[in-house]
Amino acid sequence: MKFGIVVFPGTWSDRDCYYALNDVLGQEVDYIWHKETDLSKYDCIILPGGFSYGDYLRPGAIARFSPVMASIERFVCQDRLVIGICNGFQVLCEAGLLPGALLRNDHLQYRCQRVQLKVENNSSPFTSQCKGEQVLRMPISHYEGRYYADDVTLAELEANNCVVFRYSTSTGDITEAANPNGSLHNIAGIINKKGNVLGMMPHPERACEPILGSNDGNLIWESIVVHL
Amino acid sequence: MSISKEILDKIALSRREYQLIVERLGREPSEVELGMFGSLWSEHCGYKHSKALLKHLPLGGQRVMVRPGEENAGVVDIGDGLVLVMKIESHNHPSAIEPYQGAATGVGGIVRDIFTMGARPIALLNSLRFGPLSDLHNRYLFGGVVGGIASYGNCLGIPDMGGEVFFADCYSANPLVNALCLGVAEGKNLVKARAYGEGNLLMLVGADTGRDGLHGASGLASRTFEEERELRPTVQVGNPFLEKLLIEACLELAETDWIAGMQDLGAAGLTSAAVESAARGKGGIEIDVLKVPRREKGMTPYEVMLSESQERMLVIVKKGYQDKVRAVFDHWELHSDVIGQVTVDGLARIKEGEKVVAEVPMNLLTSPPLYRRRVKKPRWLDELQSFNVTSVPDLSPREVGPVLLRLLASPNIASRHSVYRQYDHQVGDNAVVLPGNDAAVLRLKGTKKAISLTTDGNGRYCYLNPYVSGAITVAEAARNSACSGAQPLAITDCLNLGNPERDDIYYQLKECIAGMARACRKLRIPVISGNVSLYNETRDEAIYPTPVVGMVGLIEDVTRHCASGFKEEGDLVFLLGDNRTVDSSLGGSEYLELVHSLVKGSPSIDLDLEKRLHRCCLEAIKRGIINSAHDCSEGGLAVSLAESCLLGGLGFNSRSWNLEGRLDAALFGEAQSRIVVSVAPKLAAKLEAIASKWQVPVRKLGVVGGGRFIIEGYIDLSLEEAREVWWGGLEKYQ
Amino acid sequence: MYLAKVYISLKPTVNDPQGLTIKGALYNLGFTSVEDVRAGKYIEIRIEENDLAEAQQQVNEMCHKLLANPVIENYRFELEEV
Repeated sequence: MKFGIVVFPGTWSDRDCYYALNDVLGQEVDYIWHKETDLSKYDCIILPGGFSYGDYLRPGAIARFSPVMASIERFVCQDRLVIGICNGFQVLCEAGLLPGALLRNDHLQYRCQRVQLKVENNSSPFTSQCKGEQVLRMPISHYEGRYYADDVTLAELEANNCVVFRYSTSTGDITEAANPNGSLHNIAGIINKKGNVLGMMPHPERACEPILGSNDGNLIWESIVVHL
Repeated sequence: MSISKEILDKIALSRREYQLIVERLGREPSEVELGMFGSLWSEHCGYKHSKALLKHLPLGGQRVMVRPGEENAGVVDIGDGLVLVMKIESHNHPSAIEPYQGAATGVGGIVRDIFTMGARPIALLNSLRFGPLSDLHNRYLFGGVVGGIASYGNCLGIPDMGGEVFFADCYSANPLVNALCLGVAEGKNLVKARAYGEGNLLMLVGADTGRDGLHGASGLASRTFEEERELRPTVQVGNPFLEKLLIEACLELAETDWIAGMQDLGAAGLTSAAVESAARGKGGIEIDVLKVPRREKGMTPYEVMLSESQERMLVIVKKGYQDKVRAVFDHWELHSDVIGQVTVDGLARIKEGEKVVAEVPMNLLTSPPLYRRRVKKPRWLDELQSFNVTSVPDLSPREVGPVLLRLLASPNIASRHSVYRQYDHQVGDNAVVLPGNDAAVLRLKGTKKAISLTTDGNGRYCYLNPYVSGAITVAEAARNSACSGAQPLAITDCLNLGNPERDDIYYQLKECIAGMARACRKLRIPVISGNVSLYNETRDEAIYPTPVVGMVGLIEDVTRHCASGFKEEGDLVFLLGDNRTVDSSLGGSEYLELVHSLVKGSPSIDLDLEKRLHRCCLEAIKRGIINSAHDCSEGGLAVSLAESCLLGGLGFNSRSWNLEGRLDAALFGEAQSRIVVSVAPKLAAKLEAIASKWQVPVRKLGVVGGGRFIIEGYIDLSLEEAREVWWGGLEKYQ
Repeated sequence: MYLAKVYISLKPTVNDPQGLTIKGALYNLGFTSVEDVRAGKYIEIRIEENDLAEAQQQVNEMCHKLLANPVIENYRFELEEV
């Protein structure tokens, strides 16, 4: 099986994703320049973090028109797995592959810190290796990470078990204080209805070894490997 | 002589310097030529007031591969085929005018200095100074600068590992923004900023050229602030996205043999980039300004040559490789244009089409007059230093706890989390010790090694005693490295002072450099790069002379690193280093200013003890004996102990500590050469043995644990209460 | 009561990376006739004030003091009675 990491102009988590998957977990990985369109040799596509096109206009707004995105839409239709992290989540929302939008943090500042995530759905292809309601530790790093969707969409997300991760305390309580950016319902990560597209603001690739403070992020990669 | 005072003022040259140009050239310079001289003979590019002094700093060393001035940044070898590239630079004046863009473009500039050499930037740090935050304008500057650093650095995906921020009245109109960048490269891929090889092409890459920051080098770095406010030069807006593309493209080129050199465009733009790289290559250059792509219409050759538009690189392409190099830039969606070529006639020839607008021998441009003066110690300094401690009443035991809380809440001591959480410090998957500790630690993937990074500088000490403080700045940075388990490797320094044409300022500069040089020699740490920022004053009020030292250290085994917070309940806490209470250690302290509103006295340091202390601490960490190490700096021993508690989330209890001498000096005095460490009880004897081997005094202070901070008979605080004031002390202003 | 519509833009000579990047994106999408793009800010302010001249002066001051940075930005505004 093979992972493909999309590189837009301005992407920077590509190297960290590569490191976590290849160096730490021994998986096969390629970089995919945003102008490529043939994704046939990949089993899972990663849209990594960064500032594609400088986050100018709106994060993800320009990257979503890159040539690779049309191929990714087809890839999604073929029920194959796509994960968008941070800027990748923003791109997926702009492209309409996930519902909702990521707005500027409620405190209007960039925020880089470690957070706790409660796993709300461990039956998705991305979370099967997590225990039910497990609390994961990994860092966030973003300016525009406040998840927003209208009431109908939110209700639908909740009803279909599409909210995969919520910001929580270390004991798994969903509190306002545990919410680092003002996301609705403390949402940190969601999947689409079919369950083959995950978008999340926190960075699992930065929680890949104990020396970095946590290796909880590997559970996500390991879940994908088990699924495929 | 026909030249007017207005023109000379504009380019910040004196009439004598102008005459020198005419003499050496044998004729009057053209407009473009004069502009080029003005920039290259400025303090910023030419170091005319500081060069003679800077040469006293020790520059060589076994690991040093590139020394200050030889290239854009200094280089040290760390084995495994890897080298580190490091430099710090000031962006004080632009940040005072437009804090957000000024600080952002400061980050952009220092990052270019690093990847220009073929090194991937892996860490940023910043050393910042502002006026007190009670003032709204200072708060605006502080918020803007931090936001600008965050916006630029975060967009590049280079972790910002913190640094330092301090507040004092003297920085009110004149904030300091010093940015440091460190990169890593394979030694074989190092790129030199040298334009050599006749017929090699000069390729300009990146942003189009506009009328940005004209006279930045001469105007900004040689004029005092007030004049400059009137000038209102065009502020530059940075484009970190473009810079990110430049980084990737240039690093790709560094791995090829298609280029002869690279040089970024910084102060004095194309002029300094072309002239400096050609001077290093011992050749000449010819540029046609018509081939430079413009953002604005109607630009003159003068404006094109001196524009400081950001995000531009000059690449010296080997003959025949033009298409290959261009293909790399095309892939990264960057514009590139050939604007000239390398010659062998030793001349800088600038043309506009066929018309020659400047033609000057390279060596004239790069050899500005150097000034050196004899100066005496100013009288006002004697007065400041003759401080009698007994004029200040000691604290009573009852007052000690509340004073500790006040110090923890002081913006100079309080937690900096509200600053560094705005910086992405974890991108890169290398951060092992995060900002907020004595030094940040980054592991180096593919090796067992790690590096430590810190910046230090205490302007208040330097104001009181420039020589001693120069030494302390170096010693403290090395101490912070030692606390993280790293052997100090190299220094990059930024000297921020007032107008050097004033005797007392020149004295500060001279003494400060001499003190730094002494400590560098004693501790055997070379200075590999640096920057001087002079003329930091407003209405004749100069800032505190503020030397900032950035230091990189090496940890051979990443698993043997150390952080500042206590780690285990029941660990014993020891003080390594000087444990006598010296009343004069109150001189220049945060306590003396905060509680008694006094900036007086004189700091002191024993460099022999300092050196033994570092070795002792390093050995204890390498052998895995101690669990935490934190140096005593602003706020003294009590603050250091409290910080170790707060960082580790564990209390401290001392039952049998008989404080000697003055209480305030014992707890809040800022004697140098002290480190607070914690150790498991069963290893305490080993620690004492190591200390005795290095002849470092050691003294048991108490035990880690519980939810309180207790020094029996003096202080009994709940950690929560201490944490609240410490956590919020700076955050409340943001 | 007045509604002020404030438009803030970078001065014509100041570099506008955002505008340049948007321009490139539009061009890639096929809008090849795009000559130039400058990005700015738009702010609406309601003012409890009956006198037009007074309102004008106040908004002007707001722009100068806070909303725009006169070092790099220009501003203009319209006042609408509401």
